[in-house]
Amino acid sequence: MSDLTYLSLKDVTLAYGKSVAVDRLNLDITRGELIALLGPSGCGKTTTMRAITGLMRPAAGRITLDGADITYLPANKRQVGLVFQSYALFPHLNVFENVAFGLRLKKLGGKALETKVDGGLDLVGLSHLADRKPAELSGGQQQRVALARSLVMDPKVLLLDEPLSNLDARLRLEMRTELQRVQRESGVTMVFVTHDQSEALALADRIVVMKDGYIEQLGTPEDVYDRPSTRFVADFVGFENIFPMENGKLKTADGEVPLSPGTPVDGTVKGLAWRPSKVALGTGPFSGIVKGSSFAGHAREYLLDSALGPIKAEQPVPHDAYDIGDRIAFDLAPDHAARLTRME
Amino acid sequence: MTGRLLSYVTLTLVLAFLLGPFLIIVAAALSAGETLAFPPQGLSLKWVFKVFEIESFRNSFALSMFLAVFGTLAALILGVPVAYAASRYKLPFGETLRTIVSAPIIVPGIIVGLALLRYLVIPLDVGIGLALFIAHTALILPYAVRVVSASLENLRSDIEEAAVILGSSRAGAFFRVVLPNIRNGILAAFILGFVTSFNQVPVSLFLSGPGVRTLPIDMIWYMEITYDPSVAALAALLAFLSIAIVFLAERFLGFSRYV
Ligand SMILES: Nc1ncnc2c1ncn2[C@@H]1O[C@H](COP(=O)(O)OP(=O)(O)O)[C@@H](O)[C@H]1O
Ligand SMILES: [Mg+2]
Repeated sequence: MSDLTYLSLKDVTLAYGKSVAVDRLNLDITRGELIALLGPSGCGKTTTMRAITGLMRPAAGRITLDGADITYLPANKRQVGLVFQSYALFPHLNVFENVAFGLRLKKLGGKALETKVDGGLDLVGLSHLADRKPAELSGGQQQRVALARSLVMDPKVLLLDEPLSNLDARLRLEMRTELQRVQRESGVTMVFVTHDQSEALALADRIVVMKDGYIEQLGTPEDVYDRPSTRFVADFVGFENIFPMENGKLKTADGEVPLSPGTPVDGTVKGLAWRPSKVALGTGPFSGIVKGSSFAGHAREYLLDSALGPIKAEQPVPHDAYDIGDRIAFDLAPDHAARLTRME
Repeated sequence: MTGRLLSYVTLTLVLAFLLGPFLIIVAAALSAGETLAFPPQGLSLKWVFKVFEIESFRNSFALSMFLAVFGTLAALILGVPVAYAASRYKLPFGETLRTIVSAPIIVPGIIVGLALLRYLVIPLDVGIGLALFIAHTALILPYAVRVVSASLENLRSDIEEAAVILGSSRAGAFFRVVLPNIRNGILAAFILGFVTSFNQVPVSLFLSGPGVRTLPIDMIWYMEITYDPSVAALAALLAFLSIAIVFLAERFLGFSRYV
């Protein structure tokens, strides 16, 4: 834990009865950071959020926030905000009262309350809908109310569970920018959950990639996108050619294949992965027969059958197309590979 | 063509069976004659006014009102927590609990009444009034649980968690966000319970003593002694009261959604 750590999860284990949903999770977050929890459905993202809010008690481990141990602090004392995936607005209260709910519990009233709620509604651009009931709002508007309701509490950390997944594609992009703006303006430390890698890459300062209840990789969007460190992450961000390494050689269906010359690969590397766009076509020590070819706008994609197994390759578009059945040479340069330290 | 005719005939018969007795009662109530008869002998409102002068009707009406109001309240006080617990927690004996709670509607009223008389009133010397109160509460409980459960089903449980995260206690969340959202369900349960209790015959039949009778039982007693149209007049008044309650409930609550 560094001096800058604001929210910290230390060996946090979370279980539903006997089944462990999150296993010894470690995560340090700096003040003002925007963190994305990225991973497929069921990997423990919501569960982790619930533990940070206090809705769920860890089976083991510690959670600290702003220098205080909050592991056993009840949810209503934590000053952690959560925007639910389903928004969880109060159906019987109008927009104003929804946003005012937590403030009233803080015994805020009169002018002070009004100013605060108006400020919150302003921030999300909903001042004109203060009298509406949640049922009279669109999904995007409900989302904004939920956001304002959490923000006016000045939480130390604001958690958002799949904030964009219930919105249609156009609104999703709009809300993305909106979230970024709100985070910039309020400076609040934010953790949001998503199963969409493009969302995580576009928004987050750092990404936590999760799988089956543990962290696969933690890093900047560039780290995750360009330098995935495990097979799972590589696959998740589009490295479609993945090979295990053995004795410094690629292990393929046809036995071990020596690497083409390039940067030496050290012993901790258990596998190499290439994006289709990093497979050099036309020259190289390997060859394959074109089995499939499809146009993808910016590029043409090929499926090759080679001694290494099936290879996915891509060529930028102003380029002579290969035909199905052609035998073409290709190269997998170690320089362009992601080095994977875990292959399971 | 014949199919159509058949459905008209069926519909007419159903309506006749449903509305016929009611119309006959209303007609008999407006009779000017001295005995309960249909068609009525002349028209007058005198039996309608007579109803209010019969002392035993006044007493039994008060008892029935008391049972309907307080029996239903007691059933709700027991039933709302049961419905809430059943909907929010995976109770280990959830199914058993539901069965026990619904038992009073499944077991014939005559048996419930006899059982209460034989095993509560006689051996324990429990007063008839208290026995009636217990019986009515138990009979209304299944309706209360069922109707309140239905409205809890439509309410997402995460709003309570949202309230807690915003600073409320667990109990506070129940009162601040659950109760206001199931208010209509509770009102609907109240009306249903009230009407059920007020019209209850078989159980109350066993639980009656000197001067302690619910209104329907009192009407049976009255008819056995005095065969005048005042019973018909009272029945008609009660029918109109029920119709008015259900009409208002439908108008303001959308009652039929709950039952
Ligand atoms: N209430 C619950 N009871 C039992 N198991 C649960 C419960 N909620 C989630 N789980 C399990 O915990 C794991 C993680 O779930 P969750 O945190 O909801 O995943 P995510 O939000 O990443 O989709 C899953 O295997 C899920 O089945
Ligand atoms: Mg989830």
